[in-house]
Amino acid sequence: MSLHPDYKGDYQYKWHDIPYLTLSGLEPLIISPELNFINIGERTNVTGSRKFLRLIKEESYDEALQIARDQVEGGAQIIDINMDEGMLDGVASMQMFLNLIASEPDIAKAPIMVDSSKWEIIEAGLKCIQGKGIVNSISLKVGEEEFIRQAKLIKKYGAATIVMAFDEKGQADTYERRIEIVKRSYDILTSNKVNFAPQDIIFDLNIFPVATGMDEHRRNAIDFIQATRWVRENLAGAHVSGGVSNISFSFRGNTAVREAMHSAFLYHAIKDGMDMGIVNPTMLEVYDDIPKDLLERIEDVLLDRRDDATERLLDFAENVKGTTKEKKTDNAWRKLSVEKRLEHALVKGLVEFVEEDVEEARHKYSPTLKVIEGPLMAGMNTVGDLFGAGKMFLPQVVKSARVMKKAVAKLLPYIEEEKNGESSSQGKILLATVKGDVHDIGKNIVGVVLACNNFEVIDIGVMVSKEEIISKAKELQVDIIGLSGLITPSLDEMVDVAKDMQKAGMNIPLLLGGATTSRIHTAVKVDNIYDGPVQHILDASKSAPAAADLLNPETGAKYKAKIKAANKLERQKYDERRAEKVLITYNDAVKNKKQIDWHNYTTIKPSTIENIIDRDININSIREHIDWTPFFSTWQLKGRYPAILSDKKYGEEATKLFNDANKMLDDIIDKKIIQANSFVSIKPANTIDNETIAIYNDETRDKPLAKFVFARQQAKKTNGRPNQSLADYIAPKASGVLDYLGIFSVTAGINIEKTLAKYKNDNDDYNAILLKALADRLAEALAEMLHKKTRTDIWGYAKTEALNNNQLIAEEYTGIRPAPGYTACPDHSLKSVMWEALDIQKHTGISLTESNAMLPTASVSGFYFAHPESNYFGVGKIDKDQVIALAKQGEKNIEDVEKWLRPNLNY
Amino acid sequence: MNQKLKTLMLERVLILDGAMGTMIQRHNLCEDDFRKGFFENHPTPLKGNNDLLSLTRPDVIESVHAEFLAAGADIIETNTFSATTIAQADYNLESAVRDLNIHSVKIAKKIADEFTAKNPDKPRFVAGSIGPTNRTASLSPDVNDPGYRAITFDQLVDAYQTQATALIEAGVDILLIETIFDTLNAKAALFACQNAMENLKQEVPLMISGTITDASGRTLSGQTTEAFLISLTHLPLLTIGLNCALGAAELQQYLEILNKYAKCGISAYPNAGLPNEFGEYDQDAKQMGVHIENYLKNDLVNILGGCCGTTPEHIKEMARIAQGYKPRSIPQFQEKK
Repeated sequence: MSLHPDYKGDYQYKWHDIPYLTLSGLEPLIISPELNFINIGERTNVTGSRKFLRLIKEESYDEALQIARDQVEGGAQIIDINMDEGMLDGVASMQMFLNLIASEPDIAKAPIMVDSSKWEIIEAGLKCIQGKGIVNSISLKVGEEEFIRQAKLIKKYGAATIVMAFDEKGQADTYERRIEIVKRSYDILTSNKVNFAPQDIIFDLNIFPVATGMDEHRRNAIDFIQATRWVRENLAGAHVSGGVSNISFSFRGNTAVREAMHSAFLYHAIKDGMDMGIVNPTMLEVYDDIPKDLLERIEDVLLDRRDDATERLLDFAENVKGTTKEKKTDNAWRKLSVEKRLEHALVKGLVEFVEEDVEEARHKYSPTLKVIEGPLMAGMNTVGDLFGAGKMFLPQVVKSARVMKKAVAKLLPYIEEEKNGESSSQGKILLATVKGDVHDIGKNIVGVVLACNNFEVIDIGVMVSKEEIISKAKELQVDIIGLSGLITPSLDEMVDVAKDMQKAGMNIPLLLGGATTSRIHTAVKVDNIYDGPVQHILDASKSAPAAADLLNPETGAKYKAKIKAANKLERQKYDERRAEKVLITYNDAVKNKKQIDWHNYTTIKPSTIENIIDRDININSIREHIDWTPFFSTWQLKGRYPAILSDKKYGEEATKLFNDANKMLDDIIDKKIIQANSFVSIKPANTIDNETIAIYNDETRDKPLAKFVFARQQAKKTNGRPNQSLADYIAPKASGVLDYLGIFSVTAGINIEKTLAKYKNDNDDYNAILLKALADRLAEALAEMLHKKTRTDIWGYAKTEALNNNQLIAEEYTGIRPAPGYTACPDHSLKSVMWEALDIQKHTGISLTESNAMLPTASVSGFYFAHPESNYFGVGKIDKDQVIALAKQGEKNIEDVEKWLRPNLNY
Repeated sequence: MNQKLKTLMLERVLILDGAMGTMIQRHNLCEDDFRKGFFENHPTPLKGNNDLLSLTRPDVIESVHAEFLAAGADIIETNTFSATTIAQADYNLESAVRDLNIHSVKIAKKIADEFTAKNPDKPRFVAGSIGPTNRTASLSPDVNDPGYRAITFDQLVDAYQTQATALIEAGVDILLIETIFDTLNAKAALFACQNAMENLKQEVPLMISGTITDASGRTLSGQTTEAFLISLTHLPLLTIGLNCALGAAELQQYLEILNKYAKCGISAYPNAGLPNEFGEYDQDAKQMGVHIENYLKNDLVNILGGCCGTTPEHIKEMARIAQGYKPRSIPQFQEKK
């Protein structure tokens, strides 16, 4: 039904002889009628988002970009950028932000809407975007002559435009005024005065608030919707947009009513042809989920159906405020057939009834194996399809796997008894974390995903030597080997495994994954030494399709050739890029070190230079400091906490996961499942060579307790930037300045193995992964707490910091805590120096593997630098001349230095 | 002229010339050849700045044009790929830019007119080559400073407008914005060409040709082929197309994307295969012809030619093959009828 009296039914697109509006960022966006409604992101607008304004003012561009990225990931098809604020240089801010976006492919893929009330800012924006964007906006407010001039320029820059229903007399606020202005605007734009493509015109018909209590606002919604219908019926090819949140302005603070009102408004406006809008997707209720009594009152207001509509909604809104949506348990599915029940349990991850259901199925199917091959596999296929289509998320799939494992465990004894079934698996896959590395959250997730896809997974654990990997693979005649690793030395281990596989004459596919691995490393260092197929797996979801493709009896050979060729191309590109990397000599890099005026700098003497050890720390005190965002990304749920909990795509699953995590945290605390320990020591320290810091046991500073060598950036720098080494931030011995270096180590994983083993025995990967992920987050949180305590108390170089809360939020505290193995000091072996000098294993219970990975894995260690100019940087590529110098300073041989800095070597 | 070109394009596939650079290399020129009579006392080396040869060795440029015309090219490109103030700034020769463009057009026009006079049934055209410059407007050259730009849109418009004005004044039949690796540069070039045409009150047909850098299927500045097309079709074009970086076989899949969406004509002038380890192109005319014939079989192109490594032999082979096929039908021309 149309809300416009002249038209019947829902709007049907009718301008088939006019091309569609086409837009582009790095990727195309074609506005065809099938898309129905285009969602324009509004958070990168300084007038609408106080947070975005603050970030732009502070030039915190990384965080500002994150807002843009969140919007695109959250489903915005176009992003609106607005820099209209009195205190900002609008032109410069617009240019800077658009230039930065251009360097972020995951943002730049979307078309840009350049939003400003100032023409000069719009024009500056248009000069920065390579794609076809949209101007927001122009109007006849500036007079016909200027309107024509601006429209012609927009056409020449190659953009579409929003035209406001605004003219010399003011903003249109009735149906008639809207029609009058848009008709006149459209006629001018499409006449030969401008020749603007009609499909490139988008009218903003002014959405004004309803339920303001003033009679002249009663028709605000209905006038907009009727005008929308008129435009779409009468102005060939033109589109209609608007800022949706305006409609509910009277209900600021009442989220429930606002969300419902936005949905109801869009529901009707879209039916009558509104096809674009600036909307906050987190501020939308599902139309069908709006309680009927609330919906009736909202629609009375929107559609101006009763004289007392506003009062009735206001009264009702008082009750709605604060009520949360209640979820009831629905057990109707228990009445379905046993096959459907099993599928439901798998898709929903419900373990409660699974044993009783497989028991029932066992009597229905014979032999017992048919239960697995039939209903259970059918259910897992549904899960696989939903996961592949992006309708299920990883935590759900892991829960499904838990149900599957429980079901299989129940059936296994019967199958063994019948002994008449062979494995029907797609293939055998051996998984291992390589020698020296202990990280396995990712590998476990891959194992679950593969098992869900009917592969037989043989997981031989962590710290597996190459000999063992190869002998197991041969013994079990596996079809694929998958290697995992998180720390950089694992890269070399993987190369060694591939080398030995080649020597052993194997040619089965080798899959590599884990945080440290990359497509480039796989192509350049592994693929070239192994004749079998080698493929880098970006994340768990990619593992099953890759394995299936590799083992496909018909197309496998072709697929293998394809990945070989792709690796070769990657190598070529790498060679080309490397040829372009310009390094300067080590000597020049030293000359261009960070210069610090030590004579005008006062170091702060710490309250003690003794070790401070804290054992069995109260986990409850750590809990509130957890940074949840990385926790969700472990589960491949992308987005920031807490926004992710209400995210359109991930919100529901994220909330469940979050609840499960908090339940487990309660358990961890109540049952003392894990123990947390910390160690910190602030030692007298001075730089004694270009890259070497020595620490001392006492203030005589004569005999070094230990020496740490920190590699230096060697890339050519521009604009006077220094070639930094962390050693630059500690005063040289010769300066006579008494400086200090902190060393810390924390863990939240002591005793975790016991509980993990229990989950493993219970086939409960979900809780095993959850526990590990939580221990990681607790360790990170503990590291942050300890750093703060060090700054404000133990070392006390920033005693007043606590007073300034804003700076804390923005992580603007002084000093850094770089960890060995990360970009500023890539050398993992510095950990063994720390451990030996300060007996850290004894104090904390954390041990080191031969690759210097920490055990338990939920541990963090590093250095504290207090100098205000110290910062996190990447060492990047270095040349042999530096390696020689570093070896000399560290009294090591060159091969040893090369081994630990392998990823940084430019040769 | 505009109408004559369009009529011809409805009848047959037009042939563009091959690589100017490859042909100049065959002449084994030395530093003196780049200076003779014009830049004798220029303080910096000039060898390799091929556009200067239009002034210093017009005989070489003319002979290259003549070879391609003899091979069957309908359209030859002026020797002005780097004749912008931005590209010439590397040699401190900004002041020579207007002369380079005007003389290059004169050489090309003279020889093209001679060929037309000999055989009026096969009229020849001159396209003014507008290269990408050596700066990018949407990429930062400094990895540590992604917001930085070595060139702005306005600076590009200035440089392109100087070139386009000279090319139009000297009488080119077509403006060809080519080897586009950054779409924002090309948008600036289009902006400048429109300014030049408005100022001179003269319309010149526009050809646009982008470069898909590698198997990612994207331009250097990150756009997919379709996004590239959308970003540059805000005014009527004679053709949009692709050239350089890839060989004929690798280019085809991207031409298919253009074919699906482009309302104007489509041009393609790929390299003679992919370069070998020494950066040379070994695909001969016959080998390349096989792939080119696939374009024609699939109705993908209206204008065909060659980029790096293509010689008169390649062009001759293309012209021979093209005779057996109809051009792709052009939706935009159809609508006008």
